[in-house]
Amino acid sequence: MELLRFYSANSREALGLLTQHLWLVLLSTVVAVAIGVPLGILLARRPRWRRPVLGFANVCQTIPSLALFGFLIPLPFIGGVGARTAIVALVVYALLPIIRNTYAGIAGVDPAVREAGRGMGMTDRELLTMVELPLAAGVILSGIRVATVIGVGVATIAAAVGAGGLGVYIFRGVAVVNDTLILAGALPAAVLALAADGLLGLVERRFVWR
Amino acid sequence: MTSVLEVRGARYILPGRGTGDGGRALVDDVSFTVGAGETLVLLGRSGSGKTTTLKLVNRLLEPSSGEILVAGRATGGIEAHRLRRGIGYVIQEVGLFPHFTVEQNIGLVPRLEGWAMDRIAQRVRELLTLVGLDPDRFATRRPHELSGGQRQRVGVARALAADPPLLLLDEPFGALDPITRAELQREFRGLEARLGKAMVFVTHDVREGLMLGARIGMMQEGRLVFLGTAAEFRESPHPECRAFLEAAA
Repeated sequence: MELLRFYSANSREALGLLTQHLWLVLLSTVVAVAIGVPLGILLARRPRWRRPVLGFANVCQTIPSLALFGFLIPLPFIGGVGARTAIVALVVYALLPIIRNTYAGIAGVDPAVREAGRGMGMTDRELLTMVELPLAAGVILSGIRVATVIGVGVATIAAAVGAGGLGVYIFRGVAVVNDTLILAGALPAAVLALAADGLLGLVERRFVWR
Repeated sequence: MTSVLEVRGARYILPGRGTGDGGRALVDDVSFTVGAGETLVLLGRSGSGKTTTLKLVNRLLEPSSGEILVAGRATGGIEAHRLRRGIGYVIQEVGLFPHFTVEQNIGLVPRLEGWAMDRIAQRVRELLTLVGLDPDRFATRRPHELSGGQRQRVGVARALAADPPLLLLDEPFGALDPITRAELQREFRGLEARLGKAMVFVTHDVREGLMLGARIGMMQEGRLVFLGTAAEFRESPHPECRAFLEAAA
């Protein structure tokens, strides 16, 4: 009840923060896909690189998010205070599931299908674009879905480096010990995560080949 | 008769650094020729080098030494993907693309070769009829909607799509139930006669080999230990040939 009153009194600010939050997640996910999918493809082609690259991405995933934001602030170009730092951090978190699932999706293509494709004279590029990527699409999308959901959560901490988003309410609420304020940030973030999960899950299901 | 396929002293050594199986010859000094309208059956136990020999022909594996000529041209001098588009390839697991319809699967090589859409559609219908599947019923289905036998029919049609002079078949009926297998073997015999293609047919089933091939090549530990007509094969004193014949008796 109190929450509703808060929203109606601060609707413009709340909507602004929600939009900011969405942007942070959307932009970082797009960048992570642009980096992660090609990297995953590369790993499927060069198995020797798999351990170091996945290992590195794994290590990045274990850095506490608040610490990562902190590390980034003093760095030139990618760091500082603001949305840029937040996006870099979000990309770092989104990379692992995307790289790993792209690799796993391609590696999981039936070897007989790959052999048939090669045996019929498909070039490496034709095999990738016509067979491997379409067949791996479901698994890749599931990685993007996981990355997006993680991103929605981690983006709440972006407020700590001045990037805005729903985390602003949470941090403010914690600082002044106000549960309503915390909820005003946490609840929409949770709903956003669930919505992203459900929506991307729907898209994913279109790529199931028996 | 000019030979469509000529294999001269082909050898394939497993790459490796001298450990385990590395450095072992999977195919050792194998030579044979296959002419148009002729089927050579490569017979042998698992691991005798039959499949490896096939893969040397379409360069899924590169020969360590020796020479292979397809239609008189050395395979090493042709880009691998170009070479393969001119050679039909059928494998036991079929390997149809699950996200393609039957029609798209069969039309793959023509599509890669840039044929016009209506010419591909025409060709697909022809081939479906040839392998005994009604085009109106099967063209738009996906592989998971087909039985094992129907899948392999599509596999054969796909291999024939661009009308290659040479066909490589690696135990194409090996995964089918006995009744379907017998049915496909019978039809395949009819196809052999009608198509007039050079074929290399790999199997470990003597009866299948004798039924489908005018000539038999017996492989043992990477070597071609016998090469001759089916009649000669029956009379061969070679212990591996005898072992196969006795096992089938």
